[in-house]
This record gives sequence, C-alpha cells and structure tokens, in this order.
Amino acid sequence: MQDNEHKRLVEMIDGYKGKEGSLIQLLLDLQSEFNWISKDTLQEISERLKIPRSRIYRIASFYEAMSLRPIGKHKVSVCMGTACQVRGSGMILDRTESKLKIKQGETTHDMRFTLKRVNCLGCCAIGPVMVVDDDYHGRVTSDRVERIIKKYD
Amino acid sequence: MVRLRSIEELELLRSEILSSRDSTKPLVAICAGTGCLTLGARLVVRAFQEYLIKKGLEKEIEIKETGCPGFCEKGTLVVVYPRGVYYIGVHQDDVPDIVEETILKGNLVDRLLYKDPETEENAVVESEIPFYKYQMRHLIKNNIKIDPRNIEDYIALGGYSALARALSEMTPEEVIEVVKISNLRGRGGGGFPTGRKWESTREATGDPKYVIVNCDEGDPGAFMDRALMEGNPHSVLEGLIIAAYAMGSHKGFIYVRMEYPLAVQNATLALQQAREYGLLGENILGTGFDFDVSIHRGAGSFVSGESTALMNALEGWVGEPRPKYVHTSQKGLWGRPSALNNVETFANVPLIIKHGAKWFNSIGTERSKGTKIFSLVGKVNNTGLVEVPMGMTLADIIYKIGGGIPGNKKLKGVQTGGPSGGIIPDRYLNTPVDFDELTSLGSMMGSGSIIVIDEDTCAVDLARYFVDFLCSESCGKCLPCREGLKRMREILDSIESGRGTETDIQTLQEIAELMRTASLCALGRTAVNPVLSTIRYFRDEYDAHIKDKRCPALSCKSLVSYSIDPEICIGCDLCRENCPQGAIYKDDGGFAVVDQSKCMRCGICFEICPKKVRAVVRESRGLPGEKR
Repeated sequence: MQDNEHKRLVEMIDGYKGKEGSLIQLLLDLQSEFNWISKDTLQEISERLKIPRSRIYRIASFYEAMSLRPIGKHKVSVCMGTACQVRGSGMILDRTESKLKIKQGETTHDMRFTLKRVNCLGCCAIGPVMVVDDDYHGRVTSDRVERIIKKYD
Repeated sequence: MVRLRSIEELELLRSEILSSRDSTKPLVAICAGTGCLTLGARLVVRAFQEYLIKKGLEKEIEIKETGCPGFCEKGTLVVVYPRGVYYIGVHQDDVPDIVEETILKGNLVDRLLYKDPETEENAVVESEIPFYKYQMRHLIKNNIKIDPRNIEDYIALGGYSALARALSEMTPEEVIEVVKISNLRGRGGGGFPTGRKWESTREATGDPKYVIVNCDEGDPGAFMDRALMEGNPHSVLEGLIIAAYAMGSHKGFIYVRMEYPLAVQNATLALQQAREYGLLGENILGTGFDFDVSIHRGAGSFVSGESTALMNALEGWVGEPRPKYVHTSQKGLWGRPSALNNVETFANVPLIIKHGAKWFNSIGTERSKGTKIFSLVGKVNNTGLVEVPMGMTLADIIYKIGGGIPGNKKLKGVQTGGPSGGIIPDRYLNTPVDFDELTSLGSMMGSGSIIVIDEDTCAVDLARYFVDFLCSESCGKCLPCREGLKRMREILDSIESGRGTETDIQTLQEIAELMRTASLCALGRTAVNPVLSTIRYFRDEYDAHIKDKRCPALSCKSLVSYSIDPEICIGCDLCRENCPQGAIYKDDGGFAVVDQSKCMRCGICFEICPKKVRAVVRESRGLPGEKR
C-alpha cells in the first residue's frame, strides 16, 4: 500500500473509533474508497480497533458488498430479482457474460470490468435492469447490452 | 432556520409556509425516484431548468423533483399543477411542448397522456387513470407532491401534526392503546400485531430501549419501502418518533439496504433537517422528549432483513438470526428491549393517530385492517406500486388496476410473498388479498410483492429460482436450511434438465417438512413454500418434466431447442450478432441457421428476432411438434 493510501486508511478507521457496532459501515466505506478489502486493510483495522482479524474476515466474507479481491474499474450488476427474471434478465446476464468473456462474480483480466448478479434493486417495474457504476439502465434487451458496455470501454 | 421550540411554533410555521405558497402558480412536479431516474428523469429536470431560463420564466414557473408515486412502468412522470395534468413517458425533447402548450396556453399534449387501451380515451388527471382510480392511496398519494429533500413540503401537507398531538395530548400508554385498537399488523411479512409488540417492549424491564426501522426490503420484486423511504422519508420518521415516545425509547435506527443509495441519501437528509427544525434530538418541540436516530447501511445480505439478524448486523456482526424464543421485545439489540417494524408499518402510524383507530378499522377485512402497498410486477401491463384496501381481490388488482396481461398471453398464476411465498394459480384469482387468505392458499402476504406469471413461465423453474436465491442467501448457521436448500436445488436442477426420477417429488416434500419444523428462522421455514405450492398447484408440470422430459412452458433450457425457419427468415442478422455462443451462421442463401452443437439454448435469438418476422422456432425436445 502506498503512503498516501495508508494515511487515508488510518484516517478512515480512526473516524469510527468508539462507535459501537459500526464495523460494517467502516468496511463499506473502505470498499468504496479502495475497491476491495485487502489483507493489509484487515490487519490495520484489527490493530487500530482492537478487533480479532478472524472476526473482521468473517464479516467481510459474509456480506456481498465487500470484496476480498480487487474489483474492476467498472462494476456491472445485472438484476436477477424475480420480476426481472420473469422478463428475461437471465438472457441479459448470458449476453453480458459473453460480451465481457467472464462469468458472473469474476473480473476481466485487464481489470476494467467486474460482473455481478444482484438480487433486486427495487426497479422491478422497468426490468430487466442493469447497473454500471452509478448508472441505472432499465428495460434492457439483449441487443442493448453491447451498446451499454461500449460506453464504459 | 430557527429550531421549533413548541407545538404552537410548528403550527405557526405551517401557516407561514402555506401562506407563502401560491397554489395558483404553475408548478411542474417531476418524479425523481430511482425508477424514473433510470428512465432519464435527470435529463428531463435539466431540460426544464434550461428551457425556463432561456425563456426568462424561471421565476414564474416552479420545478419540483418529487418522490416516486409508483407508476414506474410509465416513467418519466410529470404532473403540471395547478390543473394536475398527468403526463407519462416524458422525454427531455417533450419539455418545450409542455411549457409552451400546457403551462402557457392551457392546452394538452395528447401524445403524453395515458390512453385507455379499451376506450381509447385520454386521461387528463391522476384520478382518471385506471391504474390510480381504483387504488386507495393513503400512504403514497403525497409522494408526487413533495420534494423529499425539503421538510417544509411535508409540513405544508400536515406533516408532524400527528407527532405534535401524540406528544401534547396523549400519554405513551394511550398511543399504544390506539395502535392496538386499530389492529395494525406488521407490513414487513410477519403480520404481527404492532400494538402488542409496542406494549411488550414498553413493559419490558431494561434500559435503554431501542426502536428500529427495517428498510432492508430484500424480497425480489418488492419496492414499496424504497418508494416510501426515498420519496417521503418524513412520513416514516414521524411514525418512528411516535413509536419511540410510546415505548419510552430515546435511540432509534434506520437500517437501509445499500442497494438503495437514494433512500440512504434522502433518509440521512431527512434526519438532518428534522434535527434542525427541533423535531428530532433533544427536547422535541419543547415537550421534554429526547430521541435521536442513526442510519445504518446494509451490506448485501437478504437474511439480514430478518429482525434478529438485523439486530446482529446493527451490532457490527454477521447478520445471522438468533433463536426466536427469546423475544426481542425483552432482549433485542445489545440485549435490551427492542421493537423493530417495517417502513410501511411506521408510515401508517401518523395516519392512525391523526384519523383515529376507528377510521383505520373501517378499511380492510376482519383480520387485516387498513391499506397495503403492493408491488405489481411481472407479466402485467401497468406495473408499479399499488395501494389498495386489504380485501381487494387479486383479479381486480391485476385487471382493473394492472390492465391485464400483455401480448394476449394466458395468465398462469401469481407469486406473492417473495421467496417465502407461493404461487397461486389463476383459478384462485378472486381471492381477497389479506394475511390469512393468502396463507390458507399456501402462500403469504410477505412484504407485498405480486408477481404475475403467464404461460411462458415454467412453474418448476420459478420454484428452482427461489430455492437458488435462498440457497445463496442462507446464513448457513442451521443444518435444515443450509443442507435442505442445497439438496432441493440439486433435485430441481435434475428435474429441469430431464434427469428427474419418480421419487423426486416425495423427497422434496420430506425435505420441506424437515425444514419447516426445524429451521432456526423464517428463511428456512418458509423457503419450502415456493416448492410446495408449485407441487400442489402445478403437479402436471412436474410430471411432464420427470416422465416426458418436456417443459410445457417451453422454458427450461435443456428441454427445448431453437431453430430458424428458412421460409420466414429475412436475413437481418440480429440473431447472429447477439448469440453469446456464436452458434448462428449464415447459409448460402443468406439466411440464419442454428448450429445445434454450439447452441446453449439461452433463448436470445427467439427474443430478438423482430416481432413482425418471428422466424425462430422454440420446440420441445421431449415432444417434437410442441412449439412456439
């Protein structure tokens, strides 16, 4: 980890000192900032907040939002909620997997894209829904997948 | 803004806000909920802002970004006040017409109005649109009128008057009594009597006491809590503060799933503003009552929406449930008495305090009172959020409000209650929707998702979908759920791929019985419902898969094949370009052919072939000739 990154990490951890029950909130913020929860990060949290590393690891591996491996520059999520499923989101996932040449849960070799399935974003009426970074795309059809991905390429 | 120090000051502020607002002035309300934002609402807002500045009208015409009113299928929604002209499917290019024609000249832009498919008449205002006409929108009607980021919009519509009344005219016990008499039942799925929960928490020994809002709406297909939390967070907050007062709690939590970033944002802002205005924090409205709230983001875990698991998550642990024989009203968060309720439950409270228990009791059925917001989704024309009195039939919801099934397809059934619920076949459509009726049919109300399925949806596949979902979301703590779901998934997988055997159904039922009796929490106990209800009502589909190796819905990948009719194919290349496997090639005549050795039967070619052409044939492998 570089110096300035380490400084930022320490700053963020210390921000949560004394706040009971906030470990998950801290991990969410760190995931957002650094794109993953690394071993170094786990170690730093453990030392500074006096929490056993195994407990932090357990939490980080339990929750979907946290990744113990680096994720790509762009996070692509295909909603697989029931309403989207009934409207064909399975095909959207198939098409996205073939376009990015990875399976859901994986990251492209060049670290540009990580593909995940997500269970319901609450946009059920305009499904199938695909999210890339903070951009939501509704009523996605198989032929639109290529165009959507291209925007971020 | 000066902090309100008394109830009188709140009322004074309310009159000031109302008198400073000119209700005859043109106002453009644009839905800025996640649904419409996905469809381009941000661009519509910007287009209005730029156009009005260009025309020098920005002082005469007000723009308001509002909460989600629920008609998401037809977004972006724009309502022009004072007349209330309701425009649907608005694009940024429509903005000049709306300003010039409707606002400045009072004319209608016909193409943007809702047209009834039967009568072909245009609806001008909300009450003329069938989707809205048959609803009873007590909870959600204000979403289109308020900017959720502005507390004064909520106050202008009477917000916080119920809190003022509770704090100044009622004792905590009286508040609980009213909620008890109203018969309000939890809206998150359990349907537990809210008044009784509050009473147990109040009477429990232990300090401090906690009140918690569950906005972890994990049921796929449900988004009513998203609309309330994003679109009218103060309505939920007001209910929460009243609850805290009733139970003697001074600390509350709002747990919002992280998949709802806008809800997190708007709730955070609502808390901030409520504190600024003296409606939250110390000495609320000068009554001496202290109460404050923190927001806690979820981290992507369905099971964490279970009340005891949620409390574990609030404590910074993994979201695993605890045994429920220890009531959380006695020992909940950090071992203290805690009351957890759903977003919609809290949103009902100010209305009950304002209008009274008798009013609430006058709506609904004998054991299910009040209204319920349902998310009507799937294969239905008008999808969105539907608030109706308990007791309305599924048929009325689907046909009168939902406008029926698209594409003239045959309705197969309705899935209610999310992964904990079952599938109700079309012959039971005249069932009144209430807690007990749905349970007696082998399903449940759950959080209120109503997913409509048609003849193209395979019942076995739908059961498998839910089992797969729950399998990956199971916390793994107890064996019946952890292993039971895995075995169920294996069996359903083999049935779907044509490897099912005669004893499979019995095995599924045995596993279900074990899970239902011995799972630690409701996830495991109710996970059996999708499987058992499909076996009960769609046994013929299971039999077809097992005995005949065919899928009557022509949906299960292993049991269908795709080919292209060369007589009909127009050689447009859409299927070839979009085939993920590269399994389609062009023959010498320029027409598309499917290479069966490469085809993985995803169905993309079938969906993408132009509707006017329909050259792709989907055929049953078990029964050649059965095709679409």
